[in-house]
Amino acid sequence: MDLASAKEIGAGLAVIALSGVGVGIGYIFAALVNSVARNPAARDRVFGLAILGFALTEAVALYALVIAFIILFV
Amino acid sequence: MSQFQLHPALGIVGSSVNFTNSNLFMVIAGALILALLWLGMRPRAMVPGRFQSAAEMSYETVMSMCVDTIGPEGRAYFPFVFTLFFFILFGNLLGVWPFDFTFTSHIVVTLALTMLVMVLTTYVGLRTHRMHWFSYFVPQGVPKVLLVLLVPIEILSYLSRIISLSVRLFANMMAGHVMLEVFGAFVVMLAGAGAIFWVPSALTLAVNVALIGFEFLVGTLQAYVFAILTCIYLHDAIHLH
Repeated sequence: MDLASAKEIGAGLAVIALSGVGVGIGYIFAALVNSVARNPAARDRVFGLAILGFALTEAVALYALVIAFIILFV
Repeated sequence: MSQFQLHPALGIVGSSVNFTNSNLFMVIAGALILALLWLGMRPRAMVPGRFQSAAEMSYETVMSMCVDTIGPEGRAYFPFVFTLFFFILFGNLLGVWPFDFTFTSHIVVTLALTMLVMVLTTYVGLRTHRMHWFSYFVPQGVPKVLLVLLVPIEILSYLSRIISLSVRLFANMMAGHVMLEVFGAFVVMLAGAGAIFWVPSALTLAVNVALIGFEFLVGTLQAYVFAILTCIYLHDAIHLH
């Protein structure tokens, strides 16, 4: 296997981390829907927390993306 | 990619002092923040107009973020968090504009901002607690044998904040702009492939427009996350967990 194809396989492997991020974001919004359904009055406060959790989880996906970019282009 | 390239701005004066387009947009962002606050607060009206409401709301949002997260001591750090939040926010939002440079998409800039935050939080922790601050790295209620393992982990997690905070902002901004460019290139390639691809190409263009809206969301959210994490770190430094 030459270096170029190994790099492309490696970049593909690096973004497997996205599966975990998908599960994580799903959990966050499932918990948001659950808590708003139980207590609609708490919506404003819980929504802010959910967005914060979403941003922190999404960042993990972007770390994987950065690693893939590093493998491919650096 | 050309949108991330640095080149001297302001002609011959800029190139002689290495004033790049990144610096230019930092200055523009700073000037816009000052304009918002200065022009917004000039009327000093009892019933605020649009501009004054925007200025007052931005003040109150950041102030409540500081006080809610850090506690009453948070008032002292309000100017720092306010400056940080609005500098990053305006940098992110300016970058969505066509032909504008996004200075937060360079890791040098975000790493410098993060180093500022980390040096400040460490200094605040040391000033508040003196040598007692080092107990931050020793979790309480843990068997002594486990401490050998846990203390290095705590130190490592403290140091890894530098990487996580800077790479989060940088990666979000860079990945968003790369995504826009990839979709833009796809639109052009599809439209050039023949008349039957014009409809899919238009659909892709619609997706790209929606992505620009998403970029506004991400830009605001990442500025907010950066500011709130700064508040959380300051809270840790002042209250030790």
